[in-house]
Amino acid sequence: MTPPRGKGRPPGAPRNIGWLYVLPALLVYAAFLVWPVIRGVWFSLYEWDGLGTGTWAGLSNYARVATDASLRGAFGHALVLVVFYAVIPCLLAFVLVAAVSRTRVRGLAFFRTVLFLPQVIAMVAVAVAWQWMYSPDGPVNGFLRLLHTLGLPDWSRGWLGDFDLALPAVGLVGTWVEVGLAMVLFLAGVQKIPRELYEAARIDGAGPVAEFRAVTLPGLRRELGVALTLTSVAALRNFDLVYVTTKGGPGEATKVPAYEVYHRTFETGEVGLACAIGVTLAALVFALTAGISRLAEGRRGAA
Amino acid sequence: MIGTRERVLNYAILVAFAFVALFPLVGAVQQALHLPDLDLSAFQRAWRDGHFGTYLRNSVIVTTVTVALATVLSIMAGYALGTLEFRGSGALFLLFLAGLTVPTETVVVPLYFDLRTLGLDNTYAGVILPQVAQSVAFGSFWMRAYFRSVPRALLDAARVDGASSWTTLWRVLVPMGRPAVLTMVLLVAMWTWNEFLLPLVVLNSAEDLRTAPLGLSFFQGAHQTDYTLLTAGALIIAAPIVVLYVFLQRHFITGMLSGAVKE
Repeated sequence: MTPPRGKGRPPGAPRNIGWLYVLPALLVYAAFLVWPVIRGVWFSLYEWDGLGTGTWAGLSNYARVATDASLRGAFGHALVLVVFYAVIPCLLAFVLVAAVSRTRVRGLAFFRTVLFLPQVIAMVAVAVAWQWMYSPDGPVNGFLRLLHTLGLPDWSRGWLGDFDLALPAVGLVGTWVEVGLAMVLFLAGVQKIPRELYEAARIDGAGPVAEFRAVTLPGLRRELGVALTLTSVAALRNFDLVYVTTKGGPGEATKVPAYEVYHRTFETGEVGLACAIGVTLAALVFALTAGISRLAEGRRGAA
Repeated sequence: MIGTRERVLNYAILVAFAFVALFPLVGAVQQALHLPDLDLSAFQRAWRDGHFGTYLRNSVIVTTVTVALATVLSIMAGYALGTLEFRGSGALFLLFLAGLTVPTETVVVPLYFDLRTLGLDNTYAGVILPQVAQSVAFGSFWMRAYFRSVPRALLDAARVDGASSWTTLWRVLVPMGRPAVLTMVLLVAMWTWNEFLLPLVVLNSAEDLRTAPLGLSFFQGAHQTDYTLLTAGALIIAAPIVVLYVFLQRHFITGMLSGAVKE
């Protein structure tokens, strides 16, 4: 068989042998990722306790995701966590980068390593460390008591057991983890901005704020898109931290969709509903990834 | 001109952020080691009562096998998708790419029931195969990008010399692409080591197969507020990846940051 010439294919280049190379990966991928996704969608259309036979439920599980107060609450909490995991870290990272972009920093590699470190630690270990941080006699309350001795009100409390503050407390752990990611991304992006742009801005008499708005911010558009995507997805997929620190409590204060998938399957026997939550979560992650990357690429095209 | 004052302020901001990043970690180390007395008894107790030796061994087995399988499969798939233009390669690439966005939460419930039917629940294979599948989605995407960056002329030269596509891949391209492969290996190792939800569900009754993060969560359930013991356990399970990170941080950072960046 002679492959057709032209069209970018060099003469004699192998063709369908490509399928043989992909096949092993494709088989594992199809069996243990694609198939479970299909099965998940299938399960989500049934009412099933995981033991007996399921009954066809159509889209009623999805209707429950949209209407059930407790599940809507869980998705609402996920949105709050997006603020803590994505919005706050990106804002903080901008503060840092705005400062650093004007000067050359010695030891940047060291700072980069340190700031990124929380990203590589197992979330279960992070959760345990923060449980200690938030514990009644832990460092957070210790610091607040110190402020109290200086005349401020006593803000110390059991953070993870507080109905109003447990969710922000969990969110702040996310802020702590994700801020390094945003910073390292922005620091890398800032280095790619041509120095001449800064010099031009300075010749025009731009101060730090004007310079940031005219040069740094537009130059970091792509990095901002990547940072927002990665951190928001981490916020939506927040299972480990909630499982270890609060189990969704107190009450339903820290219930999140990822935890509900587990809880509804193994604790309340609502497998169909759990799968509907899982599929909704995947749809959200997908939409978020597609949406943000579009926004970030929008103006600059393929740059 | 940039004044000394601004420069000092910059360093102050950097140091403050670094301090916040390190504080919980250094605090945990201090707590577990009883510094400055340096009392290792918490580690000994955690190691003995928490069975962390077993859990680390399990994690080493699961991680090693997952990484080995995912690496070989991803190299082959990425090679085909990146250099061998065959019919359907574009669609296949999109299929793998879509897998990058599928959260474990979406597949873990169906996996639980199907693995149970297959008799793979509470086995190493039950935690390994789904993680190979997830890693292959990233790996083939990552390796495809590397193989596409290889100059066309090199591939043609190898073919002119009579090398088969198989020989070209393993004798020429993979040795040349060691940095790309190493980055992939490290990331897959880290994700597999740190994975929690999948082992929690699949290894629901096999105590002696628990991976390190799973072991820590059960240990935490048993020692609720003994923070000295718990932070010691947390340090034990975090240490292997942190050590790798300290030595090879450039790979971790570039990999994790570019993993999400479209080419």
